[in-house]
Amino acid sequence: MVCFYYFLVSTLRIESRNTLIGHQVTVELKNDLAITGILSSVDQFLNIKLDDIRVVDDTKYPHMMAVKNCFIRGSVVRYVQLPASAVDTALLQDAARREAQTPTTAAAHTMNR
Amino acid sequence: MTDLQKYVDLTVEIITSDGRVIVGTLKGFDQTTNVILAGCHERIFSENEGVERVALGLYIIRGDNICLIGELDQERDASIDLSEIRAAPITDISRR
Repeated sequence: MVCFYYFLVSTLRIESRNTLIGHQVTVELKNDLAITGILSSVDQFLNIKLDDIRVVDDTKYPHMMAVKNCFIRGSVVRYVQLPASAVDTALLQDAARREAQTPTTAAAHTMNR
Repeated sequence: MTDLQKYVDLTVEIITSDGRVIVGTLKGFDQTTNVILAGCHERIFSENEGVERVALGLYIIRGDNICLIGELDQERDASIDLSEIRAAPITDISRR
């Protein structure tokens, strides 16, 4: 889980050369709401800002019809669906492995097992 | 860094972890997503009748209870007839 978290944060976050900011992603929340939008920013809590949003099942969830951009609290995110074309999985897996090997994150990884 | 500075003094819609929808003016926030909402009201969605509006006034909402904060497009909001909308409330995730 911890590994996955670093995997995700490092994918989504800054990394100027290889960022997903500006791409369309779908964020599924723990309350089953799924929102598609342009990724605008992500922080260390996995709080996510999306622009130009659309609720995936908008007939079931008309609650956000007048919302055009939003801030999603990281603690309620279940999945982030990334565009396959924008992700180099081999590179990412390697980055996540290296991140898990650094002393601080490796310790956190052991603690969470 | 993702923060809410851009939403200050705008009308926002907040979805809480117990599935409520609260609309008001964002007056302040902090790093744990605690927020201050002025002049807010709750929109109660139901499958059998239109959306009910309940005035709430000034609220401080603790960050733990917040799922999502959306900027409300007031033009688009004004064009929606809430009394015509039928929808089940959003799932409560606060007791899991």
